[in-house]
Amino acid sequence: MRNAIVVREGLRGEVVERRRRGFWSSLRGKQALAGYLFLLPNLLGFLTFSLFPMAASLFLTFTDWDLASTPKLVGLANFSRMMNDDLFRKTLFNTFYYTFVAVPTGVFMAFCLALLINRKMRGVLIFRLIYFLPNITLMVAAAIVWQWIYQPEFGLVNYLLSLIGIEGPRWCYDSRWAMPAIIIMSNWHGIGYAMLIFLAGLQGIPAELYEAAIVDGASGWQQLRHITVPLLSPATFFVIVTSLIGASQGFDQFYIMTHGGPAFSTTTLVLYIFNNGFQYFKMGYASSMAAVLFVVILVMTLVQMRVAKSWVYGFEA
Amino acid sequence: MGVVSVKPEERGRALISFQMGKRRGKQIGDILTWIVLVSGSVIFVLPFLWMVSSSLKPLREIYVFPPRFIPEKIQLGNYIETWRRLPFHIFFRNSFLVSTCVTGGILFTSSLAGYSFARLRYPGRDQIFLIYGSTMMVPFAVQMIPLFALMNALHLVDTLTGLILPGLCGAWGTFLMRQFMLTIPGELEDAALIDGCNYFSIYWRIILPLCRPVLATLAIFTFMGSWNSFLWPLILISSMKNRTLPLGLAAFQAFVALKTPWHLVMAASVMSVIPVVVIFILGQKYYVQGIVTTGLKGTA
Repeated sequence: MRNAIVVREGLRGEVVERRRRGFWSSLRGKQALAGYLFLLPNLLGFLTFSLFPMAASLFLTFTDWDLASTPKLVGLANFSRMMNDDLFRKTLFNTFYYTFVAVPTGVFMAFCLALLINRKMRGVLIFRLIYFLPNITLMVAAAIVWQWIYQPEFGLVNYLLSLIGIEGPRWCYDSRWAMPAIIIMSNWHGIGYAMLIFLAGLQGIPAELYEAAIVDGASGWQQLRHITVPLLSPATFFVIVTSLIGASQGFDQFYIMTHGGPAFSTTTLVLYIFNNGFQYFKMGYASSMAAVLFVVILVMTLVQMRVAKSWVYGFEA
Repeated sequence: MGVVSVKPEERGRALISFQMGKRRGKQIGDILTWIVLVSGSVIFVLPFLWMVSSSLKPLREIYVFPPRFIPEKIQLGNYIETWRRLPFHIFFRNSFLVSTCVTGGILFTSSLAGYSFARLRYPGRDQIFLIYGSTMMVPFAVQMIPLFALMNALHLVDTLTGLILPGLCGAWGTFLMRQFMLTIPGELEDAALIDGCNYFSIYWRIILPLCRPVLATLAIFTFMGSWNSFLWPLILISSMKNRTLPLGLAAFQAFVALKTPWHLVMAASVMSVIPVVVIFILGQKYYVQGIVTTGLKGTA
């Protein structure tokens, strides 16, 4: 019995080993050995395929490299070049345009959809499935299908627009309309995911709160404003942060639908990095831009965390 | 303040009268909700219908204005024609092979490391975990160039192995497993230790069976993620025989860029969508649950 107690305490690491034995044969030592062994397969892969590339990328930002020769150290030349690269500025703008239009509209629509689907009535499960279905289709396939839908002469969208007397734009072939076209397609693909998170959050709000509010004479709008929105804020926060991180790395649909065109109006940062690295073999320059992307994501997330305290229910940094 | 002053029976009466008064309001609200949801659904389903309908049309019906949803002549031969032009069975096989290996690898390495982080004490554990966590925000664009160089050095460019290897371990899965394992009470393991179990049998016989739901979630997410993956295969793979499904689709689209035979491209898209839909319907419970757990508990 006493022995068992000692063992249990030893497990939590609270008992100091007094006997003079080697560390690895002590209880704590055995546990440590097991800990390292369990970690080993994952750690090896993590070091080789995640951490090492990240570190190497940091190094490459200070170099000029074409993949074949040895990297040439150039200091901060890549960054000063970026300052004068109009195309880089354009892609940065495109990335922000996409991110800050697609994410707010998508989150708002997902929120409204979740509110509607959360009503207790028949058929909501079917609706849930329908709105979620685009999310599980291959992004590449979805992008190809939408490219056909946006086809100016024979596509579905312009046909539907013609029914109400509107002559549709040339969508993917028009530098003003290509980005909105991709934003619509991306939200069609992504809303279902955000909607599911909102739905789960809605189901976690206790019904008594609404009952109390009703007794107090709160209108539906007031209930939404003062119960639903604040209590859903953790879910909203999660959706916004992950969507921003995802959207700022947009690539697939841009590559498929427009290849970044027309006139670079839909070249995102990742697409530009891809082109620089694997079309023009400017590995150093591409790495520098990737570093900028990382900083953008980091700043966006940190700002979100900072303001979260003021609006996210129960948020602790 | 208001709630405090209301007596219980008054409160009940208010609720009942409110609900009776509200019944008509609710019906109207339900009808409006239905109208909005149904019209929204039409918009969401339309691309799928358009895809299937286009995939069944002969070419001359594709380039017709106004378009018809139901083809005059249903042409199933489009699917065979698509298959004849490109080896879709190879794309499917490659995608399946890569996704299965990656999923298996992730389940194995993440659950082991998750157990290590959640349950065992050793020097440096928390520091290592911190490093894992801090890499989760690094975009793939940062890693892809050195990763390609690494694969080049290992002579793994244009191989399926090169696609699989970087996917075998990940910070996200490790994080998910650790968080779940932290919620399992420790008494069971203590008892097992006293009974002379070693750490591996504790992991294998006690922890893993309890982790079944989170393993299922991780498996589905990883499989779908790998199945969808486009950028890394695009960088690494060049030969037709090593293409995964998204690459094959993209190649088909690029291959026929001029006067695109949309009926064939749509047939290819339909074929690529079907397996995922089947997997989703089979694993829907875990998938939805997974979104909920990763989405809501991720913030806590």
